[in-house]
Amino acid sequence: MKFQKRTIGLIIYFILLLLPIYWMLNMSLRTNADILSVFSFYPQEPTIDNYLKIFTDKSWYSGYLNSIYYVSMNVVISLLTALPAAYAFSRYSFLGDKHLFFWLLTNRMAPPAVFLLPFFQLYSTFGLIDTHFAVALSHCLFNVPLAVWILEGFMSGIPREIDEMAYIDGYSFPRFFLTIFTPLIRTGIGVTAFFCFMFSWVELLLARTLTTTAAKPIAATMTRTVSASGLDWGLLAAAGILTIVPGALVIYFVRNHLAKGFALGRV
Amino acid sequence: MAMVIQNVSKRVANECHIDDISLQLEPGTFNVLLGRTLSGKTSLMRLLAGLDKPTQGRILMNGRDLTGVPVRKRDVAMVYQQFINYPSMSVYQNIASPLRLAKVAAAEIDRKVREVAEMLRIDNLLERLPVELSGGQQQRTAIARALVKDAELLLLDEPLVNLDYKLREELRAEMREIFKRRDSIVVYATTEPPEALALGGNTAVLYEGRLEQFGPTVEVYQHPQTSRIAQAFSDPAMNIVAGTVDAGSLRLGEARQVPLQQHLRGLAPGNYRFGMRANHLQLQRNSAADIEFQTSIGLAEISGSETFVHVVHNGDAWTVQQPGIHQYQLDQQLQVYVDPARLYVFDLTDQLVVSPDNASRQLT
Repeated sequence: MKFQKRTIGLIIYFILLLLPIYWMLNMSLRTNADILSVFSFYPQEPTIDNYLKIFTDKSWYSGYLNSIYYVSMNVVISLLTALPAAYAFSRYSFLGDKHLFFWLLTNRMAPPAVFLLPFFQLYSTFGLIDTHFAVALSHCLFNVPLAVWILEGFMSGIPREIDEMAYIDGYSFPRFFLTIFTPLIRTGIGVTAFFCFMFSWVELLLARTLTTTAAKPIAATMTRTVSASGLDWGLLAAAGILTIVPGALVIYFVRNHLAKGFALGRV
Repeated sequence: MAMVIQNVSKRVANECHIDDISLQLEPGTFNVLLGRTLSGKTSLMRLLAGLDKPTQGRILMNGRDLTGVPVRKRDVAMVYQQFINYPSMSVYQNIASPLRLAKVAAAEIDRKVREVAEMLRIDNLLERLPVELSGGQQQRTAIARALVKDAELLLLDEPLVNLDYKLREELRAEMREIFKRRDSIVVYATTEPPEALALGGNTAVLYEGRLEQFGPTVEVYQHPQTSRIAQAFSDPAMNIVAGTVDAGSLRLGEARQVPLQQHLRGLAPGNYRFGMRANHLQLQRNSAADIEFQTSIGLAEISGSETFVHVVHNGDAWTVQQPGIHQYQLDQQLQVYVDPARLYVFDLTDQLVVSPDNASRQLT
């Protein structure tokens, strides 16, 4: 009996959870006229016109490309800077290391809007506005500290003796780091990359403000569908579905290690 | 030529880990560092390896000052107490890694790896990953990697401690054979006196970061310079009793006076502390000369095929090691006998005055 109750509870929970997503999928397969005229739980005359428009219209698909481009750039920059930093925090003690480590995390506690104006001013000066690099760099503000914290947790789980063993065997530091150490924390690197991807992918404020046309993210493009003739419901829903897909794909690859990532690598 | 440690000290945050140790280790010798936990064994090993830098003093190898030289530039191999292997490499790659870094030819690497693996009896496991091995096999891999390097200094930091009893006995027995024909300086840290005796060579007794005594293992065992060394270097610890020598007779604790005999004959009148090994205390009289003590039983502890009877005499707690398994009542009165010829004598400043001449007797 208990088992059945739990099953029913879970089914209700999942229906509530998936309903908005299903509704978006439903809408994305219908025309605007259909959406506005008939109430239906499933598309009666399914059409993929909305998706075709996104894939063929450059102003639409370039939004996706821009987003993917700066997000990948940000993941690479975050990992490249966080790996050595996390190693230093995990293996060495130096003056103020604990304070610096905590200060990193406090960067995550301020809303990005606080940094918006200085970023805009600074990037304008350097002519970086409307480049992918500008967005990737600004997202490092919250991704690098997070990456350092997660990687530090994973690295501290590797016994220090392995490092010493490698030095005794005669490994140089770069060689040890690349051939011995990195394979040991590859789960951590994967999880970190996921978190960087996720936060950079969903961030809208900085991405929209620092770009105009050439590096405009998809989330900003989506606001374009509001026009004098009202909302383009079907197109917007299709764009929404396509925005979920990359995140879902990435989650699939790190699904077994996510919990450890949320615990910042400390379990 | 040898490794010379000159007045080496190591302090970490005002805490003294190594206090002014001087030692000379000869090539081709087996050296045991014996001491309790926190006595400085690992700290000394890390200084010898070059993983840490001494606060004071110098370390010379063949006359060359190695004090500031980083570990990568030294010719050293080490085995840790924990089983440390590269988890992402197979056993073969693990053992081969120091040779690969030394740019040894592939055929030569293969020959050496198989040779050392055969010696450590892991030659059938070469393709496995360390996680797929038992604890004993993992430690064998670590030892193989240290051996294959053929370094001039080989450090083993309590390599058998994390193994279960049977495996430890097995590997300890092989250890002697493995290290017999090597030109390198082998340093082996352990907390267990039987291990030091089983491995032979030289023994350095460490106590709270200081070197108490260094010499051939049997000599340190037979002639411990202080009662502290004697207590550290016997398991269970040596029993100590206060005694008085007066005009040719000896009185130990509450026992009756006996005449001075054999090695004790030369003792000047005065107060001394006498050491008795647990296995030299008997529960029955073996000869008329034996000294008899009245004791009460605190606890009888069965250890394998032996019984450790913890007794109290005149406020001193002793341990009697008895072969076989015996049951005793708590607080039961018990007569304990010791042969005066087996007594170690220390003066009141804890220096060895005279030790029984065990040379002709069996070392147990």
